[in-house]
Amino acid sequence: MSRFPVDPSVFVGPYPFRDVPHPEPEYLLRVMEREGIAHAWVGHLSAPFERETTRCNAELLALLAPHRALLSPAPAINPDVVGWERELAAAIDAGAPAIRTYPPHWGLTPEHIGLHALALAAGERNCPLVLTVRFEDLRQRDARDTAGDLIPQVVRTLARLAPAVRLIVCAAGKDFIEEVHWGLTPEEQRRVIWDISWIWGPPEDHLAKLFRTLGSERFVFGSAWPLRLVQSPVANLELLPDELTHAPLANPSSHAD
Amino acid sequence: MSPLIDAHAHFLHAGCGRTDWRDVNAARFRAGAKMGITCHVASVLGSYGFTSPTYFPSPADVTAGNDAMLALCAEHGALVRMMVTVNPNHTGHALAELERCVAQGAIGVKLLASRRADDPLLDPICDFAAKHHLPVLHHIWQHRTRHWHNQEISDGADLAVLARRHPTVHFILAHIGGGGDYRHTFGAVRDVPNILPDISGSGVDRGMLDGALKAVGAQRLLFATDLTMETGLAKLRALEPTGLVSASDIEDIRWRNCVRIFRDGAFALS
Repeated sequence: MSRFPVDPSVFVGPYPFRDVPHPEPEYLLRVMEREGIAHAWVGHLSAPFERETTRCNAELLALLAPHRALLSPAPAINPDVVGWERELAAAIDAGAPAIRTYPPHWGLTPEHIGLHALALAAGERNCPLVLTVRFEDLRQRDARDTAGDLIPQVVRTLARLAPAVRLIVCAAGKDFIEEVHWGLTPEEQRRVIWDISWIWGPPEDHLAKLFRTLGSERFVFGSAWPLRLVQSPVANLELLPDELTHAPLANPSSHAD
Repeated sequence: MSPLIDAHAHFLHAGCGRTDWRDVNAARFRAGAKMGITCHVASVLGSYGFTSPTYFPSPADVTAGNDAMLALCAEHGALVRMMVTVNPNHTGHALAELERCVAQGAIGVKLLASRRADDPLLDPICDFAAKHHLPVLHHIWQHRTRHWHNQEISDGADLAVLARRHPTVHFILAHIGGGGDYRHTFGAVRDVPNILPDISGSGVDRGMLDGALKAVGAQRLLFATDLTMETGLAKLRALEPTGLVSASDIEDIRWRNCVRIFRDGAFALS
């Protein structure tokens, strides 16, 4: 029996700034079985660090091809590259349940017209846009990794664009989440869900506080594998106060509806 | 279930300027009970910035924090043990605090980032620690490559200098997951056997534990949580899947290494 229907915060492939153990689909499947994760929306870990993502997306599809029952591709689209619309169409044709974009890595400001167009185009196709706040703690980043974290203004701006927009924001902390959530109207708030991979547990109890103030249904399970231990979000849920232990999480698949 | 000693914990108190300080302390005990923590080895860091900086606490705040820690020990018995917080810039006060708190049951020393780890001002504190068999938990930035505000940061290489000057003292290197490049730390302390890294910190990078085990071995790692208990539990659970530890090694990390480096009778083990 799987505890978590979908983990949208999963990658395969190498990370450019440090050796990550076994970032391969076969290893991921073993981890998912061990931790009770039924399905994963998988990105390519090298894609944010390349301006044109076609090669990484093709490699992602090839890596996942033998495992599509459990692993779905979530390709990366850079809307600053001419022809991104074709890349989006190809991703959806390939059965991607979501797509990813990386504004800090590609220098996309909250006002970037292509970024807006991508969010709208994906939304119109019932395809959530996955944003990743960070891959590593800012304090440990390689000197060559200068992109910085995703800023909350990007999420607020995209969420305000249109009712069809659907965002899944991964690796955000409590302050980021609160700044975005309370800067949106109730309808706009429903366009955004958050993964729990970087939210602190006890004793500060950030996750519990967010469940109480925003509602647990605004959150999805997320692990940031293979960069981070899947055991961490699992433990975070287990250590919630008793009254929140069974608080229901959202299913990313439902966010596409 | 075997004992589980959290070698790096903190509690808040009324003087830290937070109205929710009791809730935070209660959350540590709640989560600790779920995790099976049998002893929180803890310190209070002055006023946590309310009336003097967290990493440069005034003597008055040091004393107030240590008083709060002594009260917690009295209230919770064997579940809590105390590390005495001191600021080495105030040598006389630091030594007096050590005398006062050790006499009341404190089992170790907590050093923040008030002075670099290799500074001679730490020597009298370490001499006291050697005399009384007190491990020293030192706040560490994993590889300092620049200055950071509000801290006189030290890294593993700095702590190694101090540890070589005091070879009979055990030094707990704080939070390998607490920010910075832990890979630098592993290389810096590999050959300094009286440094024991703790596994706490919000960082849960895959590969971190593997690197720590390869560098210093299971007999020099300590279970700990610091500010994020879920990441401590996650790392505890991730030990076995590394394939680098035996069941006995995990027991060492859970509690036996702590028992070995603290004074006899420091923990009430059934």
